[in-house]
Amino acid sequence: MRQQLARVLGGVAVLALVAGGAAACKSDDATPGAGSKVCDLKLGFFGALTGDAAGLGIHMRNGVKLALEQYNKDNADCKVALEEYDSQGDPAKAPALATKAAGDTKVIGLVGPAFSGETEASLDTFKGANLPIITPSATRPSLSDKDWGVFHRGVGNDLAQGPAAGRYIKDVLKAEKVYVVDDQSAYGTGLATEVVKVLGTVAGQDKVQVKQVDFAATVAKIKASGATVLFFGGYYTEAGLLLKQAKAAGWNGVMVAGDGVNDANFIKVAGDAAAEGTVLTCPCAPATSAKGSFVADYKALINAEPGTYADVSYDVAKIFLEGIKAGKTTRADMLAFIDGYNGTGSATGVTYKFEKNGELDPTQVLVWAFEVKGGAVVPKVEIPKG
Amino acid sequence: MDFSELFRNFPELTTTGLTQGAIYALVALGYTLVYGVLRLINFAHSEVFMVGTFAAMWTWNALGFNQNLSPSGVLISAGVLIAGLLAAVAVSSATAVAVELTAYRPLRKRNAPPLAFLISAIGASFVIMEIIGIATDRAPYGNMPELVSNKPLFTILGAEITPVQIVIVVGALVMLVGLDWFINNTRLGRGVRAVAQDPDSAALMGVNKGRVIGLVFLLGGVMAGVAAVFANLKYGFTKFNLGFLFGLKAFTAAVLGGIGNLRGAVLGGLLLGLVENYASALVGTQFRDLVAFVVLIAVLMFRPTGILGESLGRARA
Repeated sequence: MRQQLARVLGGVAVLALVAGGAAACKSDDATPGAGSKVCDLKLGFFGALTGDAAGLGIHMRNGVKLALEQYNKDNADCKVALEEYDSQGDPAKAPALATKAAGDTKVIGLVGPAFSGETEASLDTFKGANLPIITPSATRPSLSDKDWGVFHRGVGNDLAQGPAAGRYIKDVLKAEKVYVVDDQSAYGTGLATEVVKVLGTVAGQDKVQVKQVDFAATVAKIKASGATVLFFGGYYTEAGLLLKQAKAAGWNGVMVAGDGVNDANFIKVAGDAAAEGTVLTCPCAPATSAKGSFVADYKALINAEPGTYADVSYDVAKIFLEGIKAGKTTRADMLAFIDGYNGTGSATGVTYKFEKNGELDPTQVLVWAFEVKGGAVVPKVEIPKG
Repeated sequence: MDFSELFRNFPELTTTGLTQGAIYALVALGYTLVYGVLRLINFAHSEVFMVGTFAAMWTWNALGFNQNLSPSGVLISAGVLIAGLLAAVAVSSATAVAVELTAYRPLRKRNAPPLAFLISAIGASFVIMEIIGIATDRAPYGNMPELVSNKPLFTILGAEITPVQIVIVVGALVMLVGLDWFINNTRLGRGVRAVAQDPDSAALMGVNKGRVIGLVFLLGGVMAGVAAVFANLKYGFTKFNLGFLFGLKAFTAAVLGGIGNLRGAVLGGLLLGLVENYASALVGTQFRDLVAFVVLIAVLMFRPTGILGESLGRARA
């Protein structure tokens, strides 16, 4: 008897859950009443705020935060809130968070996802909910292959960054022997592939794993290959560990890596001495020399120097805010607004105009090389277009 | 298949593989000790190792040593190293005993089925990992001083030997010999063997079972603490989920050598370190774990109880 009762109760609970879920899904389609002023809208940020690559995500979140802070000051009667989705940079955690963002009808737009793997894993959900996104930093080219509609990229992709890094290795460093390592992530492999294409032949190639700690075998291969330059496609934790172990084993070359490594945390992992001289690229201009009052405002609010993509995040967040200001309070209206957008970002100076597949207008794409000097990442030179 | 890569780098792959394997071996001892006595896989052991790495790092930092400091004299370095070692051993063994007291002992008192212990173990592992994860922002930590030089000391057959490698391999072997002697020659060790062989008879003969179980967790924690300091010396890096990978590999090593068997754990650890390195060179680092586990399965097909067999209680231990 008791068992039966329990079963009945269980069944009721399951039914209730299903009904609740269905109701939640239905509310996705409902749009907040157009025309009237909607004042409790939210702007999402999607990226790593904790975890191995949080250093990158936090700067972006801070850029978005600054934009909102300023907007809310000027529009105190109708504020926009920040909703954070901390993915830890993990593609496995992304779909659940994407569903959460898609289901919250107050979220009118999303800055992010920050990394390529998590973007790949969540685009389908965003498309289903017609939620417009602008990523300030996911650079894998294939993200725009499918016509997602909702996808926009506020920076150049690795078809710009990879070849530029390759040209830098070839023309500036004049390296004859280059060893290429990637971390098998959506971003890392893509970037390494582009670099290899430009270099033609390489001294050797290896693939490591995200979260790997011991790189002894890879280091042995790098040393034996006689390479003077090591290109790493991946994020800063593995890059720092690999470089630290390579330098400790007596390798004396230069590491070149992309925007996933372009963060002060890279130096924290590798140590000042090992990191010195490392060249880091980014399809962005230095955030520390951004235009207008951005750097001063950022420092005032966050109490730190702006990091990679902080300025881009700030500018793309402002695109959404301009839309809200202009009365675009539904996802569909916002999407149309972004697709037709043509304006200059106040921090980056880049003119944001998106192509049909969501890519930034190619004339606006620039790639910079940075260098690690005395324990800090400093801008070096803009890499000329090929 | 890149045989030239393997042969060209063979000496270096061997030395670095042995170093890595020595760390696996020390962690594996903890799995094997607990399994030998309780027939329980203590999945929380990986976190016992992880908290040790943080304890040592924080001790070094508190003493004013960080990664950007140039190496100091041998005596000072040794002193700082030992301070870190004591901290790691203390924290790791305390964690191990705490896990036993909170996650396992209450279940044992109620005669819970083995599955309950397994879930309790996984739960304890998550709790510790998440606490450290939240406390450290899940960030990677690389701020560790170079206490033992990693500059080559001399060369044997083309392999450069560094002081770090010597310290780790010799240290691990010393720990094993000490543990082996302790289990085989002391009164407490006899108690451990007795409980491993037949818990009920041992209890009838006056062995305090609860104390013996506490002792094996303590010993496992000590080994993990030493392993944690060695990992810090080798990688100069830690983070909240560091234990997961090391724990998995160490558990594999314990099974490879014969779980429950102390010498087996060390043999398995060293072997796993070597296999991983050779596989990385032969077929690429992306196949490293695949090859390691294929080797494990192949060994288990021919020797289902591992290379040396299960035997903490029997004479071979």
